[in-house]
Amino acid sequence: MTIGLTHYLTVAAILFTLGVFGIFLNRKNVIIILMSIELMLLAVNINFVAFSAFLNDLVGQVFVMFVLTVAAAEAAVGLAILVVFFRNRGSIQVEDINAMKG
Amino acid sequence: MTAFVFYLFAVLSVASGAMVVTARNPVHAVLFLILTFFNVAGLFVLLGAEFVAMIMVIVYVGAVAVLFLFVVMMLDIHAVSAREGFVRMLPAGAVVGLVLFAELALVFSAWTLDPNFATVAAAPVPPPSELTNTEALGMILYTKYIYLFQMAGMVLLVGMIGSIMLTLRKRGGVKRQSPLEQASRPLSECVEVKKVATGKGI
Repeated sequence: MTIGLTHYLTVAAILFTLGVFGIFLNRKNVIIILMSIELMLLAVNINFVAFSAFLNDLVGQVFVMFVLTVAAAEAAVGLAILVVFFRNRGSIQVEDINAMKG
Repeated sequence: MTAFVFYLFAVLSVASGAMVVTARNPVHAVLFLILTFFNVAGLFVLLGAEFVAMIMVIVYVGAVAVLFLFVVMMLDIHAVSAREGFVRMLPAGAVVGLVLFAELALVFSAWTLDPNFATVAAAPVPPPSELTNTEALGMILYTKYIYLFQMAGMVLLVGMIGSIMLTLRKRGGVKRQSPLEQASRPLSECVEVKKVATGKGI
């Protein structure tokens, strides 16, 4: 049995769906929400690499590195905001994050 | 054999991804996230993208996941109260997830590959006998995509400065050494001559 492009795309789709599901499921916990976003970016990376391999085009793998860069910067800034917020309020409950009345 | 390895990595990554979003303890969630990253790196190796796989392990497991672990362990999170509404949100999350998955499945089933896709490749992969994956990637990353590469560096710089600025704080009530002030003090301020009467002390 050969493993085709569809197999990889299916894995990526499942992981992306899990990421979305996780955001809904853990409405109270910002850290898990950030992890779910990482999971979704990971799924996007799987798509990029799978297409790159099966279409014989290297640009997909170059783009994965940019996605990785953005993901790393996003995680760093997001967690920094989280730490500052915890320092000011003593809580990271999503309900308490209402300073901007959003 | 390839099919077996693929299914091993795929099933493990999906299972640990599911554990990330359902784990009771955030520390466990981070550890499952690391497991997911490792398995996806395995999938990348299977696809012939070794460099991206190794970068994945280094950046995600070595940096991002450890950052998460630090923050999770530093902040005092009430695991129980953080899980309030878990069951309440379960149906809504499941519906949205299923709809999204169904849409993705529809896209994949209706989608076909252009028969002459090989001719439109922007940067065709050279055969492994000529160049390894890492060399081939370096060949185009540092020539054709050098500006984008530099921009990625700028993004990281902005992220670094941003997170330092956000978390830096001046604490009151802490004694700090100021080398400049120490070194630039004039002699008249440092040394004081006192006349001490004999047998009395200061």
